[in-house]
Amino acid sequence: MGSNMAENHPVGFQWVMEAKLRGTPVIHVDPRFTRTSANATMHVPIRAGSDIAFLGGLVNYILEHDRWFHEYVVAYTNAATIVSEDFRDTEDLDGLFSGWDAERRAYDEKSWRYEGVDTAGPAHRTGTVSRSESTGALGGRTIHAHPARDETLQHPRCVFQLLKRHFARYTPAMVEAVSGVPQQRFVEVAELLCSHSGRERTSAIVYSLGWTQHSVGVQIIRTAAIVQLLLGNIGRPGGGILALRGHASIQGSTDIPTLYDMLPGYMPMPHVEDVNLEQYLADHRASGGGWGNLRAYLVSLLKAYYGDAATAENGFCFGHLPRVDPDQGTYRTAMGMLAGQVKGFFLPGENPAVGSANGKLHRMAMANLEWLVVRDLFLIESATFWKDSPEIARGELRTAEVKTEIFFLPAAAHTEKNGSFTNTQRLLQWHHAAIEPQGDCRSELWFYYHLGGIIREKLASSTDPRDRPILDLSWSYPTEGRLGEPSAEAVLREVNGWNAEGHALSGSGELKDDGSTTCGCWIYSGAYADEVNQVARRRPGQEQTLVAPEWGWAWPSNRRLLYNRASADPSGKPWSERKKYVWWDARKRRWVGRDVPDFNATKPPGYQPPEDAWGDGALPGDAPFIMQGDGRGWLFAPSGLVDGPLPPHYEPNESPFDNALYKQRANPARVRYDVPLNPYNADRERYPYVTTTVRLTEHHTTGAMSRTVGVLSELQPEFFCEVSPRLAAERDLEQGGWADIITARGVIRARVLITERVRPIRVQGRDVEQVGLPWHWGYRGIVRGDSANDAFAIVLDPNVHIQEVKAATCDIRRAEGPRR
Amino acid sequence: MAKPYPPPAFVAPAKPGEPVGFFTDSSICIGCKACEVACKQWNNVPVDDIRYLNSSYDNTGELSANSWRHVAFIEKKQADGGVAWLMNSDVCKHCKEAACLDVCPTGAIFRTEFDTVVVQADVCNGCGYCIAACPFGVLTRREGIASHPETNGVAQKCTLCYDRLSGGEEPACAHACPTKSIQFGPLDELRERAQQRVADLHAEGRTEARLYLADERDNGIGGAGSMFLLLDEPGAYRLPEHPVVPTRRLKEIWGAAAMAAGLAVAGVLFAFGSSRR
Amino acid sequence: MSAPPSYYGRPVVKEPVWSPEVAVYFWLGGLAGMSAVLGFAARLARRPVLARASLLAGFAALLACPPLLIADLGRPERFYNMLRVFKPTSPMSLGSWVLSFFGGALGVAAASEVTGWLRPIGRLGELGAAIFGLPLFTYTAVLVADTSVPVWHEARHHLPFVFAGSASASAGAAAAILTPSRESGPARRLAILGAGVELGAVAVMERQLGRVARHYHHGPAASPARMARMLTAGGALLMVAIGRHRAGATIAGTMILAGSLAERFAVLRAGPASARATAGGETVRAIASELGRPPRPAWQR
Repeated sequence: MGSNMAENHPVGFQWVMEAKLRGTPVIHVDPRFTRTSANATMHVPIRAGSDIAFLGGLVNYILEHDRWFHEYVVAYTNAATIVSEDFRDTEDLDGLFSGWDAERRAYDEKSWRYEGVDTAGPAHRTGTVSRSESTGALGGRTIHAHPARDETLQHPRCVFQLLKRHFARYTPAMVEAVSGVPQQRFVEVAELLCSHSGRERTSAIVYSLGWTQHSVGVQIIRTAAIVQLLLGNIGRPGGGILALRGHASIQGSTDIPTLYDMLPGYMPMPHVEDVNLEQYLADHRASGGGWGNLRAYLVSLLKAYYGDAATAENGFCFGHLPRVDPDQGTYRTAMGMLAGQVKGFFLPGENPAVGSANGKLHRMAMANLEWLVVRDLFLIESATFWKDSPEIARGELRTAEVKTEIFFLPAAAHTEKNGSFTNTQRLLQWHHAAIEPQGDCRSELWFYYHLGGIIREKLASSTDPRDRPILDLSWSYPTEGRLGEPSAEAVLREVNGWNAEGHALSGSGELKDDGSTTCGCWIYSGAYADEVNQVARRRPGQEQTLVAPEWGWAWPSNRRLLYNRASADPSGKPWSERKKYVWWDARKRRWVGRDVPDFNATKPPGYQPPEDAWGDGALPGDAPFIMQGDGRGWLFAPSGLVDGPLPPHYEPNESPFDNALYKQRANPARVRYDVPLNPYNADRERYPYVTTTVRLTEHHTTGAMSRTVGVLSELQPEFFCEVSPRLAAERDLEQGGWADIITARGVIRARVLITERVRPIRVQGRDVEQVGLPWHWGYRGIVRGDSANDAFAIVLDPNVHIQEVKAATCDIRRAEGPRR
Repeated sequence: MAKPYPPPAFVAPAKPGEPVGFFTDSSICIGCKACEVACKQWNNVPVDDIRYLNSSYDNTGELSANSWRHVAFIEKKQADGGVAWLMNSDVCKHCKEAACLDVCPTGAIFRTEFDTVVVQADVCNGCGYCIAACPFGVLTRREGIASHPETNGVAQKCTLCYDRLSGGEEPACAHACPTKSIQFGPLDELRERAQQRVADLHAEGRTEARLYLADERDNGIGGAGSMFLLLDEPGAYRLPEHPVVPTRRLKEIWGAAAMAAGLAVAGVLFAFGSSRR
Repeated sequence: MSAPPSYYGRPVVKEPVWSPEVAVYFWLGGLAGMSAVLGFAARLARRPVLARASLLAGFAALLACPPLLIADLGRPERFYNMLRVFKPTSPMSLGSWVLSFFGGALGVAAASEVTGWLRPIGRLGELGAAIFGLPLFTYTAVLVADTSVPVWHEARHHLPFVFAGSASASAGAAAAILTPSRESGPARRLAILGAGVELGAVAVMERQLGRVARHYHHGPAASPARMARMLTAGGALLMVAIGRHRAGATIAGTMILAGSLAERFAVLRAGPASARATAGGETVRAIASELGRPPRPAWQR
C-alpha cells in the first residue's frame, strides 16, 4: 500500500513473487492498477489521500472483532500504559488534540504524556515550532522507563481504551464512504490480514512514497505501525513494515544524513537553544533504552569530527556544531532564495527544478541566487534553467536578467569510485571502482574533501572564532591514485570508529562517553569490525543460512530483522515453532537463533531492572523495543510527533471533499507556504479531479539518469497522463492524443493514456476521477516533456517536511497537439 | 521439500551438445523490461526508434534487428469488471526446424553446438530471405543506424547470447530478469518445469494459462528453443497459431517447379513441332 | 463471431524487403533461362537465325541480372557470399549456383556465337545453358513460395506455372521481335502458349487463394496485376492476329514482355501487403499431418 513495488523495486519484488508462488496472498491497495497490481493476488482501488481512513478501519476491525494478539500487545506495546488526564482526543475536539495553539499553528504536547510525567520537553521549553526529532523523538526526559500501567487494559485512560475510542467511528461503512473501498472488499482484506497474523503466521506491510508524500505521511505510517503492533507482526519473520526508499542509497542519506535536522545515527541536530552539550543531553537523552547512551554516541561523533581539538574541557567542540532554527528544509531554503536570504547553493545529485514540488518556484528561486554549484553526471535542468526552462520559453524569465553564477562540475558515477550503498533493508554493500573517472569528473568524496582542504588552507591563519569550527575539524584521509581520491575505506573505518588504542570497534556497545572512542555514525559501528571491511563481504547466498549474514553488513550490529526479541514470548520461547527466529537459550544463558538478536545478548527474559538503572539496563528482559524509553512499541506516541499521538484521518490540503469524520478538514499542523508563487487550488469546482504523481520502472526520479540514456528513453519516450475511459469521454480526450493538466500553479501538457486501470472512485456519495502523472520528465535529455511537479503546490508533512504530491486536485482538458 | 518455483538464480553452464533455451513464464513477468535493456547492452544493439507507440506501456513494438527482446503489454477487461494486464517477453524462438536457417543462402545463419540459431553478422550480406521466411516475424535488416556501420544492412536477431553460453554464463536477459520469468537451461528440464507450472495454474483455476512451443509435436517447426507460458491466445501476443516452417513443403514446391519446367519444354517442343518448314 | 485477437494490429510476419530490382530480375532471369531453352531447341531444329536471336537476347538479359541482385543486397560488397555454401534447403542458394553455371555456359555460348570461334564448345555451352535455364526460370517462384508470406506460400503449387508461363511468353516475344517473321514462327507460338499458361495459372492461383487473393486486387499490387493481365492477354491476341508481320510481332511482343514484367511486379508487391495482413491470424498454418512429428534429424537442421 502506498507503494508500486514491482515497478520501482523490481529486483526486490522478486521476493514478493516468490512468496506469492508459495501461497502468500499479496494485496495491492493503490489508486491505479499498476504492474504491481497485475502481479498481486488482489488489487484494491482506493482514493488517493484516504489511507488513514483505510488503515484506521483495519484498527477498528481488529479491535472490534478481537483479532489482536493479546499476549504480544499486553507485554510488548504501551497498550496498558496510562496517559495524562489532560489528554483530549480528536473525538473530543472534533479533529484536534488537546494542546493546539492556533496562533503558533502548533501543538503543546504536554497533555499527551504518560500519566505522572510533568517535565517539559524541549519544544515546550523553547516555545518554538519544532520538528519531530527536536520534540523528543528519542524520548528524552519525558519518557520514563516504567510509567503507570493497567495490565487488564480496562483503565479509561490506558492507551488501549484511548485507541479504541479514537478509531471507534472507522467502521467499514466509514471506510467505504471516505476511501471508496467497498465494505465487502475492505472486510476481505481485513480478514486476510487477521487470519495471516498471530502465533503461526505473520503479515508484512510494504510502503513507499505513496505514503510518505502526504501532509499526513508520518501519521499514515503510524497507523500501519498500530495495525502491525496489534497483530503482533513487528520483530517477527515475515512481518514488519518495510519502507521502500526512493532511490539506491537514500537510506544511507538519512543514516549519515544529508538532512539538516539530524546528526549521523538519527541524533537530533542541536537547536539554537542548546547552548552546550549538557543542555542538549538533558533534553534528549532517554532514561531508558538505547538512547540512554546518547552521550557516548554524540561524544564519539564529535571526536570523529574534531579529533584532538575535541576535549572534555571544551564539551568536545559541541559548540562548533551548526544550530537548527526549526525549518531549514529544502522548501524553506527555496523561500529564502526568493527572499534574497540565501545567496549560494550546492546541488550535488539533486534536481529541484524537476524533482521538488512546484518546479517553477524552485527555478525562479535559483534564478535569484548569487551563485550555484551543480555536481551531476549530466547538465540537469537545475543547471540550465537560466536558458531553457519553461519560464524562459514563456518569457517570464530572461536569460540576460538571471544574475546567478552557475558552476557545473561533472561528477563521477558509482562505477568510477569506491564506496557503499545502504539499501532499503539497512543493508550496506560496497561497490568497487571499475575504472577511473574521465576528464574532470570527480566523486563527491574527492570534491568535498579537497574543497574543505582549500577552505582550511585559506582560513589557516585566521583568528576569527567563527572560523574555528572549520579549522578544528579533523580533516585528513589518505588519498590514492593519480587523482588523489580519498580512501573511501578509510572513511568507512572512521564511521565504524576506533577505541583509545586505535583499534576498529566491533560495535556501538564499545562506545564511551569520555572522548576515548571515535565513531562517525554509531548505528554503523561494527561495519569495519576486526579491521575488515564487513560491507564488502560477498559470501554467496547459497552457502549461507536464510538470513545470509555474510553478505554485506546491516545496521545495527548486522541485525537483519529489527526488534527481533519480539519473535519470542516474554519468557524467551518462540511464539511458535513455525515462526521461531531468536530465543533464549537457558543453558548458554544467552539469546540465540537465526539472526543477531536485536537485544542485549545476555539479558535474561526475566530480568527486572533496579530502581536507579538507566539506558538499556532500565529495560526489563521482556521489552523488545529497545530504542523506546519504555522499551515498548508505541500504539500511542506520547512524544516525537508534532501533529498528534494518534492518527486521525485528515483530507489532503487540496481535496474535492470535506472531512467526513471531523470538522477539522486537513492536518492543522501541515506546513504551508503562502507566497505568490505557491498558490493553492481554492476552488473545488474549478479543479474537480484528484491527481497523484507516480513512477515508472523505465525512468528514475527526475530523469537525469534515464532520459539521458538511449535504451531507457526509447522504453518510455513521452510524458503521459493516465485517465479512465469515463473521464476521457467527459473531457473529450483521445487515446494517444494530448491533454492539459491545470492547477493554480499552471498548465502542463501530456500524452493521453486512456486505461481501465484507472477508475472513478465513489466517495461520500459521488464519483471522483483520478489522474495519474509520472513525474520523470523535464526540459533536458534525449526525451523531454513537461514536469508533473510543476502542477503541485508546496505543502508539507509537519514532522519531516516531505511534500504532498500524492494527493491534490486538478482539471484536465483536451489539447490539440504537443507543446510547440 | 517440493522444488521451489521458479528455480534459484544459479544455473549450470550450458554443455555443448545439450540443447538449451528459454522458458518464458509470462504469468510471473512484471513488465520491467530489464531483459530488453540487458540484451541491448550486452549485444550492443542500437537504440533505433524513440517514439510513443500508444500501445499501453509498450514503446518497443515488436521484435526486429534492433529489438531482440520485446515485452508485450495487453490490458484486458475482465468479465467481473476487473482488469488484467498481461505481460510477456517475446524473443526469437530458436526453432528446431528454423526457416531462417533453411533459406539463408550464405550460410550466415547456423545452428550452434547448443542447438541454438545464430546469424553471423560478418557473413550475412543482407539478402533479406530470412525476414520473409520466419513464421514469427523475428528478423529484420538493420538499416540506417549511423552508430553501428559494421552491422548496417545485415539481418539481426537474438543469438541466445552465444558468446555468454560459450563462456559458461546464461543469456543476459535471463540473468537480468528479477522474477526469473525468463528461465534458461536444458530444454528437457525447462519443458518438465513448464508442464508442472501450467498444471499448477490450472489447479488454481487459471484455465487461460497455456504453453506455447513447449511441445515439439504440436507445431510445424519441430519444437523450439524458446517456450512460453501464455495467458491468452497466441494471436493476442502477435504469435502465430500452428506455425510451420515453409521448408516442410519445399519438396512439393520443387515438384511443382519441375512440372512447370516440364510443361515449358513441352511447349517448346510443340512450338517447333507444329511448324514444319 | 468475435474478431481474432491481434497485438495492436501488428503483423505476425515481417514484410519482405526485396526492392523493385528483384522484380526486374525475376523477369530478366526468366527471359534468359527460357531463351536458352528456346535457342537450344532452335539449334536442334536447325534454325540458326532464331537460335542466335534467342541466344543473344538471353545473354543481354543475363548481363543485367547480377547487378540487379547485388543492388538489392543490404551489404552489396558481400555478394560473393552467395557462393559461400551450397544449400539444398535454400532456393536462393540453389538459384545462385544455377545462375552462376547458367551464366558461365551462356557466356561461352554467346562468345562462340558472336566470334565464331570454338563452335563445339559453344554448342556445349548452349546445352549447358538450356539445362540450367530450366531451374533458372522456375526457382524464383520456389524462392518466394518458400516463405511465410501467405499470398506467396499458399500459391506454392501455382506460382511456378505462372513464372514458367511468363518466362516462356517473354522468351518467345523477345525472339519474335529480334527475328524475321519467316524464322520466328516457333517463337511466336511459344509466346502465345506461354501467355496462355501464365494467364491460366494466375486465374487458378487466385481462385485457390480465396480471400488471400485480394492482395492482387487491392493495394500496391493491384495496378501492376491489372496491367499485367491486360498486356499479356492483349499481346497474345495481337500476336495471333498480326504476329506474322514483323511490326505486328514487335508490338505484340513488346506488350507481352511488358505484361510479363508487370506480373512479376504484381507478385513482388503482393508479398508485403500479405505480410501486413497477418495481424489477426491470417498466417500460414501447419496442417494436421505436419503435427505430431519429431523434428528432422540433427544433421539436417
